[in-house]
This record gives sequence, C-alpha cells and structure tokens, in this order.
Amino acid sequence: MSDERPTLTRDEVAHLAQLARLAVTEEELDLFAGQLDVILGAVARIGDVAAADIPPTSHAVPLQNVFRADEVRPSLPREDILAGAPAVEDFRFRVPQILGEEE
Amino acid sequence: MTVRDDVQLDLSYDGVVRRYAPVIGLETHVELGTVSKMFCGCSTEFGAEPNTHTCPVCLGLPGALPVVNAKAIEYTIRIGLALNCSIAEWCRFARKNYFYPDMPKNFQISQYDEPLCVDGHLDVVVEGQTYRVGIERVHMEEDTGKNTHVGGATGRIHGAEYSLVDFNRAGIPLIEIVTKPVEGTGPLAPEVAKAYVTELRDILRSLGVSDVKMEQGSLRCDVNTSLSPIGVSEWGTRTETKNVNSLRSVERAVRSEIIRQAAILDRGGRIKQETRHFQETTGETRSGRSKEEATDYRYFPEPDLVPVAPARDWVADIRASLPELPAARRARLRSELGLSTEELQQMVNAGVVEAVGETVQAGATAAEARNWWMGYLAEQANSREVEPTSLPITPAQVARVILLVADGKLSTALARQAVDGVLQTGKDVDAIVAERGLAVVSDTSALTRAADEAIADNPDVADKVRGGKVAAVGALVGAVMKATRGQADAPAVRQILLQQLGVSE
Repeated sequence: MSDERPTLTRDEVAHLAQLARLAVTEEELDLFAGQLDVILGAVARIGDVAAADIPPTSHAVPLQNVFRADEVRPSLPREDILAGAPAVEDFRFRVPQILGEEE
Repeated sequence: MTVRDDVQLDLSYDGVVRRYAPVIGLETHVELGTVSKMFCGCSTEFGAEPNTHTCPVCLGLPGALPVVNAKAIEYTIRIGLALNCSIAEWCRFARKNYFYPDMPKNFQISQYDEPLCVDGHLDVVVEGQTYRVGIERVHMEEDTGKNTHVGGATGRIHGAEYSLVDFNRAGIPLIEIVTKPVEGTGPLAPEVAKAYVTELRDILRSLGVSDVKMEQGSLRCDVNTSLSPIGVSEWGTRTETKNVNSLRSVERAVRSEIIRQAAILDRGGRIKQETRHFQETTGETRSGRSKEEATDYRYFPEPDLVPVAPARDWVADIRASLPELPAARRARLRSELGLSTEELQQMVNAGVVEAVGETVQAGATAAEARNWWMGYLAEQANSREVEPTSLPITPAQVARVILLVADGKLSTALARQAVDGVLQTGKDVDAIVAERGLAVVSDTSALTRAADEAIADNPDVADKVRGGKVAAVGALVGAVMKATRGQADAPAVRQILLQQLGVSE
C-alpha cells in the first residue's frame, strides 16, 4: 500500500506558497517539499489499515444532528478580544497589506 | 492566435448580441435572519460597534467548538423547498481553506460536495416569456468579517497600506444559492439575471428567512458570464463578477461584461478566467484576482461538526408551513385586482406588486394604488436610483394619501406634495398635511375672488372664453391654481370661472 501514498511535489509547495503570498526561496522549496512529504507519508499510513468494510468518516463518534437553539449569548468584552491582537486600530484588528487581490 | 486591431465591428450591446450568445450563472449569498450566529451565540445585529459581537468560536480561538444553529438549518430547508430542491437526507460541513484575513480561523466553514439542498428550479418571466432557471444547490456557510482598507486613494485593496478587520459579521449564517448555467436567453440575459434575483429576493422575503437588504449586504450577488459565437455550442471562458449590490447592478453588470468580452473575442483575444469587480459609478467591471481553482481551497470535511441528517417528518412539517409564494400571490392579486397579464407584468418589472397589494389592503382602490406606484413613486425612485419599494414611504402611507384625494381633502398636486414631505422627513401623511397646511381650498368666496383676479389679469383669454372657446378656460384655471398654490380643486375652479364669465357648457 505504501507505494500508493500521495506525494507532495516541489511545484505543489511553490503553488501553496503563492496562494499564501509567501516568498519562498529555491532552497526552502527543496527543504519544505522534503519535510512536508515525510509528514504526509506518516499520515498516509492510516490508509494501510483502511478496509473495504469500513466506511470513510470524519468523526470518531457516531453522532449526527447536534444543534443549538437560536438564542443570543453574551459576547466577550471587546477589551479582552483585542488584548491578544498584535496590532489594533479603531477597535479593529490591524493586519498587514493584502497582496495580489485586485489589479 | 492573432490579435487583429483592424477589425471594426459594432460594439454596441445590440451589435454584440447578434454575434454572441451569452451564458450566465448566478451565485447569490443570503444572510439568514437568525438572531444568533451560525455556530455560536453571538448576536447577528447589523451596525454594532466593531468587534463587539465576537467570542472564542467566531474568533477561531484554540479549543473553541462550533455548534450548529438549528434555526439556520430550518431556514435553509425552507429556502430549498421553496426553490423546488431535494433536501439531502444526510449532509455535512467542510472547511474551505484560503489565505485572506477576513476569517480568523484561516478557513471558512462551508459545504462542499454534500450540500443540504440540490437540484431545484425557479421560473422567471421576461417580456412574456418564461425562463426556467435551474438551481444547482443551496448550501450553508458562515459569513466573513469586514475589512476596511487604509491608505491609498479609494479604499480599495490596491494601494492600501494595511487593513482593519471587524469580526462582527464573521460567523453569521450565510447560504449560497447557485444556479445551473442559464442558456438560451439571447439578448435578454441581463433582464433574466435581474428577474431571477428579484424573484429570489421576493421569495426569501415571503419565507421570512432574511431581511434581503442588498444595500446592507444581506443579499449579495456574483454573476458569471461567458460568450460563445452564435452557432457554436461549446461555452466560452467565464468570468465571475462580484460586488453587484443592487438589482439594477445585476442587469448592468451582465450587460457590460457581455460587451467587454465581445470586444476581446472580436480581436481574436482570449478571455481570462478571473474574478472581476463591478464598479457602481461606471457600470463596468474591473479585473480582480485570478480565479482560484476549487482544489486551491483544499476542502475537507469539518472534523469539529457532526453530520446533519434532517428527519423526513421535520422536512414535511417545514413544507407544510411554507407561506404563499410570490408567483401564487401574484396570480391571486391579478384576479383580485382585476388586472390584465400585461398590467401585472408591468408591475412585476417595476417591482411594485407587493407594494400595490399592500396599498390595496390598506384601503386604497387597485387603480389608484397602481397609478401611484407605477407613476409618481416610480419617478421618484428612478430619480434617486433606488427601487420604488426602497423609498421611505409605506404602502399604508400611500393608501392614506389616496384616501385623502378620494375624500376631496387633497388635490393630486397637493397629494404629491404630501408624498414629497413623507419622503423627505419620514413623518406621517397627516402630520405633513397639517404642518404644511396642505388642504384643498373649498371656500367658494376665496376661489371666486381668485377667479375674478385671473379674469382681470388675462382679458384676452377671458374674451376668447366668452366668445365660445370654452377650452381656453384652462389657462385661467392654471392661473387660479397657481395663485392658490395648488390647493384648490381644479374642477371646482373651472366651474366658478365659467360662472363668473357667464358661460355655460
């Protein structure tokens, strides 16, 4: 089974970096592609124990329809919310320039 | 591929649609009218101080777990049923991963390959022709936070130095209604797109699941457009136009995108698959980011939420509770108000069916209600570039004005002044009438005095009338109306003038 596991290519890492607007050097691409591939390989081992009689699931517990009523509960105080932000302006989270969205 | 600059083709809309057949698709986002958010108990109230409606769940803090709002599921099923969809027996949420700072979790909880409602349709009528718009899916997701871009000239991302994020909106239940590609509309594609969004808005309003205010963003529309040369069955590359924030803009966006794409194709160019932004001021679209592929979002099942499997008897109960939908209501109003199909269609196009119906319900006659909404109020709406129903006047207020005219307390001119007053101040009709002293002058002696003055001031006209040209009296009526600032009843004035001139009809 292990030879069927997905591999992560250098090009895919470059594409992900582009999506995240991360500047990644050529050396880093080699490094990350190798490291991420090892991680993927470790996770893919789960596939080794998958059997035809076990349906895929996203949960370990056999539950469905867990709902809450549509009722307003108190929000957190704004001071607490903003206390953990790296930068704040006008009670809003200040984030760096957004790149490559609009020409 | 050669790019030809020498070709001079007709780039007017009419010219373009003779050469190309448009295919459109619409993705409509609707904020549901629940009082709390999709996965937490924070309030959904519009217009609150920034970041006052947030908590560990909608801020994506470590360890916080989302729990689904049952009302949001119910509302989505209501919408699905009203759009003739099948309701899935089992569905689940997925994470949509992307890098953009409007969701603190770095992903949006959405639905991907397992939506709650699928495969429906909605019929719209344009120029007497019915078009069936297929509904691909109705799925649930959460709204994102609101970014404000700082620096740069226009508040756009481009040129901004940084952005500020308010997460009040993040996590508000949002549904996305996706149509199948709509073909075969020909030149009417912009009108069909507008008619679809209008009908959808009216359905959502009648279902009571959203306040559907486009100007506040609770109903938002993305329009996909592609062109293929007439006679070619293969579809062209599509673009997705965002930022379409009014019904009028839906029509304008499709129209301008059709013209833009045709100009490129005419020169042998290629359409880039991308997101474009509609510009309200110019009516044109501007290039945005290149469209990300679905695989770029790396969807996977949301492990923090368990599947949703709506019980069949619950779905049946919801179906039984659906109100009369706009199409059925229109058919009923048509027979109740005694309208022709064409008259009704004009009202639909003007977006005033509900308003007329409610005005009649408030006591006005059908003919007068229709006159006001199709006439003076439509003009006022047009000059303000809003829909008639967005004017700050209620059907009850319009009915009151109509009643005052019917009782002879206001002339048509005065009634318009009363309406203007309501539109300007938001006060009630009777308050405006009292405040501005709007009342028909029925004091005969005052009118007679005004009539005598008009006759004295216009001896030539008076002679004509005396000489038998009774129609000429109109000029004198006008003079009296002017002198009494429109507060007289024109037929009564005419009567008095003829009497003073010694002429009988």
